[in-house]
Amino acid sequence: MDDILNSGTSPYISEASVSVEIETEDMTLNIGPQHPSTHGVLRLVAKVDGEKISSVEPVLGYMHRGYEKLAEVRTYPQITTLVNRIDWVSGFANEIPFIAATEKLMEIEAPERAKHIRLILTEMARIASHFVFNGAYALEIGALTPIFLAMEDRERILDLIESVTGGRFHPNFNRIGGIKPAAGSGPTTKKNIQDLPAGFYQDTRDAMEKVLEAVERMENLVGGNEVFKVRTKGVGIISKELAEEYGVSGPILRASGVKFDLRSQTDFLPYDKFDYEIPVGENGDCYDRWYVRLMEMKESAKIILQAIDSMPSGPLQTKVPKVIKVPKGQSYVRTENPKGEMGYYVISEGGLGPYRLKVRTPSFSNISILPVLLEGQLLPDLIAIMGSLDFVLGDVDR
Amino acid sequence: MKTFRPKLPGFLTGMKILLFNMFKTLSPLSPNPNVNYPFEKEIVAPRARGVIALDQEACTSCMLCARQCPDWCIYIEGHKELQPPAKPGGRQRSRAVLDRFDIDYALCMYCGICVEVCPFDALFWTPEYEYSEYNMGDMLHDKNRLDQWLNTVPEVEGLES
Amino acid sequence: MIDGSQVLVTAGIVLAFALNGAVIFTILDVKGASWMQRRPGPLHVGLRGFIFPLAEIIKFFQKEDITPTNVDSAVFKWAPAYVLASVFGLFVVVPISPTLVGSDLDLGVFYLLAISSLSTLGVLTAGWSSANKYSLMGGIRAAGQLIAYELPLILAVVGVVIQAETMSLVGIVEKQIEFGLPFVLSGQGIAFLIFMVAATAEMMRVPFDMPIGESELVSGFLTEYSGVRFLIFYIAEYMNMFILCAVASTLFLGGYHVPLLPTEWVNFYGPVVLLTKTVLLGFILVLVRWSFPRFREDQLQNLAWKVLIPLSLLNILITSIMKVVF
Repeated sequence: MDDILNSGTSPYISEASVSVEIETEDMTLNIGPQHPSTHGVLRLVAKVDGEKISSVEPVLGYMHRGYEKLAEVRTYPQITTLVNRIDWVSGFANEIPFIAATEKLMEIEAPERAKHIRLILTEMARIASHFVFNGAYALEIGALTPIFLAMEDRERILDLIESVTGGRFHPNFNRIGGIKPAAGSGPTTKKNIQDLPAGFYQDTRDAMEKVLEAVERMENLVGGNEVFKVRTKGVGIISKELAEEYGVSGPILRASGVKFDLRSQTDFLPYDKFDYEIPVGENGDCYDRWYVRLMEMKESAKIILQAIDSMPSGPLQTKVPKVIKVPKGQSYVRTENPKGEMGYYVISEGGLGPYRLKVRTPSFSNISILPVLLEGQLLPDLIAIMGSLDFVLGDVDR
Repeated sequence: MKTFRPKLPGFLTGMKILLFNMFKTLSPLSPNPNVNYPFEKEIVAPRARGVIALDQEACTSCMLCARQCPDWCIYIEGHKELQPPAKPGGRQRSRAVLDRFDIDYALCMYCGICVEVCPFDALFWTPEYEYSEYNMGDMLHDKNRLDQWLNTVPEVEGLES
Repeated sequence: MIDGSQVLVTAGIVLAFALNGAVIFTILDVKGASWMQRRPGPLHVGLRGFIFPLAEIIKFFQKEDITPTNVDSAVFKWAPAYVLASVFGLFVVVPISPTLVGSDLDLGVFYLLAISSLSTLGVLTAGWSSANKYSLMGGIRAAGQLIAYELPLILAVVGVVIQAETMSLVGIVEKQIEFGLPFVLSGQGIAFLIFMVAATAEMMRVPFDMPIGESELVSGFLTEYSGVRFLIFYIAEYMNMFILCAVASTLFLGGYHVPLLPTEWVNFYGPVVLLTKTVLLGFILVLVRWSFPRFREDQLQNLAWKVLIPLSLLNILITSIMKVVF
């Protein structure tokens, strides 16, 4: 049935099928900044011949907020609060590489308990981000229900993050040297330790069970549907060489067959203590990218369950002076954001704030593949491919 | 990566899931995941960052919070008052009195740096969230209003063992 | 001899039926969708939210009439009325009991299929006359889709006509009563499935709602319509859904007849039975709408031309052979 439905859709339709007597011009279709499927304000100027796309030119910058300039006039704790707004869907995962870069410059290490709590919150952020992807991708393909079910399941994770840190999307929980130790610096508030609240372990176990159920339900509802398979299998194939050439990272790279996960190479988060698989795809089409992210949610839930059972006790932050001055130097740290590889390059001249902060965001490199990939595709396939790349405009434009 | 084989053809499984969802929503036995705001209010965690409360007596106008705020949304003005000395013949003490302590919630980022750096226990977080206004100027809470939020500061909760 | 007042009364009753059908199916679609998505749906309008179609109609009436500058004015303004008129015409021939029918034409089925294909022109002109590239693409996709799915619709019904030996709808129901079994069980099962799939495509519902792209061409050919003009398209869509489900239950499921009930009271229980069967079919369509993604345009055409038409031709062949042999 698949081959009947897909016959005649080879993107490189031969010239003989296009009429050669009538001179036709390609229509310029502006898939504009305001559009239901561009994940923000991405503008694509597409030249379209009927339904076939001849060329696509992305126009960026509609959401530029000037993070790197903002960072030049602020101190390190202030930048921590700003930075988790870069990729607003996964809040906690944006703070970690920045704090790690600063800790590398100061040559201090966070205590064990702080590292475990950071790991738990990062994996929760990963689950939350992938829930948004799963719901929104089904919406772009046309299934109108999974987004509601995904948002309902995501609320539990956000409630858990809120009970620990106080914020759902922007936790602001990392401090240089560990995580937030106390509610304030006065004599009474210092005794109010911001450790894990009572009931956290049981709530997390329940929530992770529900996440595993939700993954199975999503697999049956969306992934098993024949129309979804026919719409996404064989569409937008990114080969290994193309992916490595354009610098895509994260689940896109893993769906094309490259088993590369930065989580196994970080030393400031204890991933080596836990036992998890890395899902890798075979073909590199849209279906594999969707499936890889679904399986990653399952692995993250397993990691969290293991981390809760083996939580060490200890202080939440190492001793740092009250006014933090970072010594001179430069450092670059990269980690595995839910969307790909995120890195922060901090140049410090020994002041209260960095001299220069450069943010390497995953979505900016991921969408550089769009003009190459979209040539010759049909218009509905453009929507399917763009959705499967899972980018957020805050990440692209910073 | 294994591929899964559902028992029914795929689209029938999807339709079955939605049918069961519908029965779950209609049955009075299963819990309702929706909060019918504004008739029912959502119960948030006690640590949630809703609004900041100020204890006027404890504040000494040291300006640490106003300096550390990333958005510079706290406006403080104070003056020093002379007080009688502790024992007769001693030096006169001075006390800082607040004239103005405004937080502009239209600018506030809810990051919590001000609460964290205050050395005198003057600022507290509360989980109240219903203070939206029709007029942007009303989002500037002056010190009397910030004082009223003190009633809503929750008790310190227990920690996980 | 055509009596003027009788024509007016019949037309008024048919109109009332049509609007009620559209309202029932709106409630089924929106409330059913909300329950499937684990939420209560429209709740505060009144009666636990079940009179929201009335609120929607009032809302659309009080909106501003926006006509963009570059549109082809006459065509733009009359396209919704055209689509509505072609849907209204279908309500005349569907019988709700052996004697209660707008007009029992001898060419009932032929008339139905001819009138329902008029809406293609309305949709295409609506898309073309709005001065908008997205609407143009939606209109062209709609034209291709509607023309492609006419054929399976017609061919599926031809099998029923062969088996019933008459084209009048009352005659077809009488034949099913004579057989004892509705046509879906006595040889036209595949034709029923083909008819339902083709009918879903004719109504432009998910999974065939490419012309109304929703996530690509924000509303397709309907993008520039707002206010009362959009209301007319909206009501026409739900009326179309109602009448096609009613036609399917008449042709395949036995219409107003249910065994074991006395036939003298058929004027009373006939409408209720037909309504129940229609709502059941509509519920299945709603379940399909909210669980399926949408087909790509060329996959849609492949499905029509390469799968449905050969199947329906095969069905006609088998039906004629069975009819001659038995």
